[in-house]
Amino acid sequence: MKKIFHTLFALTAVSAAAFSAPQTFDFKDPKGVNNAVFTLDAPLEAITGSASGISGTVEFDPSDPGVAKGKIVVAASSLHVPNPTMKEHLHGGQWLDVAKHGEITFEAKTLKNVKTSGDTTTADVIGTLTIKGVTKEVIAPVKLTYLKDKLGQRVPNLKGDLLVIRANFSIKRSDYGINPGAPVDKVSDTIELKLSIAGASPRS
Amino acid sequence: MTLVKRMLQILALVAALAAAGFWLAAGANRGWTKTSVPVKTLDEVLGIEGITYEKRFVPGLDFLGAAMLGAGALAGLSLLFRNKRNQMTK
Repeated sequence: MKKIFHTLFALTAVSAAAFSAPQTFDFKDPKGVNNAVFTLDAPLEAITGSASGISGTVEFDPSDPGVAKGKIVVAASSLHVPNPTMKEHLHGGQWLDVAKHGEITFEAKTLKNVKTSGDTTTADVIGTLTIKGVTKEVIAPVKLTYLKDKLGQRVPNLKGDLLVIRANFSIKRSDYGINPGAPVDKVSDTIELKLSIAGASPRS
Repeated sequence: MTLVKRMLQILALVAALAAAGFWLAAGANRGWTKTSVPVKTLDEVLGIEGITYEKRFVPGLDFLGAAMLGAGALAGLSLLFRNKRNQMTK
């Protein structure tokens, strides 16, 4: 009897550990929905564009959302603004220098002020943002929505979960050496960033 | 008035009116000229608005300014041609 109890306890512990193990979500969206919108609202000119070349992975445990961490990568060459000359300047050496610095990365290290309600978790993510080779610590409010068993609704014949991440925060252009000499009345020093991305964790 | 002078003035007026009309018809964009416009589509499952860009020419104030400058240059060029009456009186 004691042996059976021990076996049952061990099985329960193993299955609990298996269920609470963090899942890896891949943010390379096959449908290309993931995007990061940037806005520079200067007194004389407002510039808005977006980036679509998003990839990376995030470790997320639905039973313990507060321990999420991972790395999101944005292909610098995917940054787009509707004016072709402006886009050329944006990708050029004075601004983002995409030929030399092809990736913009955000590495999430810890979450603070974690609040979970149902499938939605809000928190402040602390991580490092690297743009044009300059790395700075960033604290950004983030909203994580865990969509259990919803992968099949987006990608037929695939089973698994989805994780939607939304974050709105701002950075200083001059902090990252993005044409720091540009007049702030024409090109704002504050860059508002709006990240809307989703990752998939397929199950076999 | 010479024929060339009259032609240049009419051309300047037509260019200015056409540029202004095109700029107004395309939405009177007060920013820079765009060669693409964002198209947002909502992903029902994720609740995320995906952004794609559609190739479309949207003239901005730079286009309007350049057209007005061109029209002004044509009108200015017409001043180089003297009126017929002036030529005869001389």
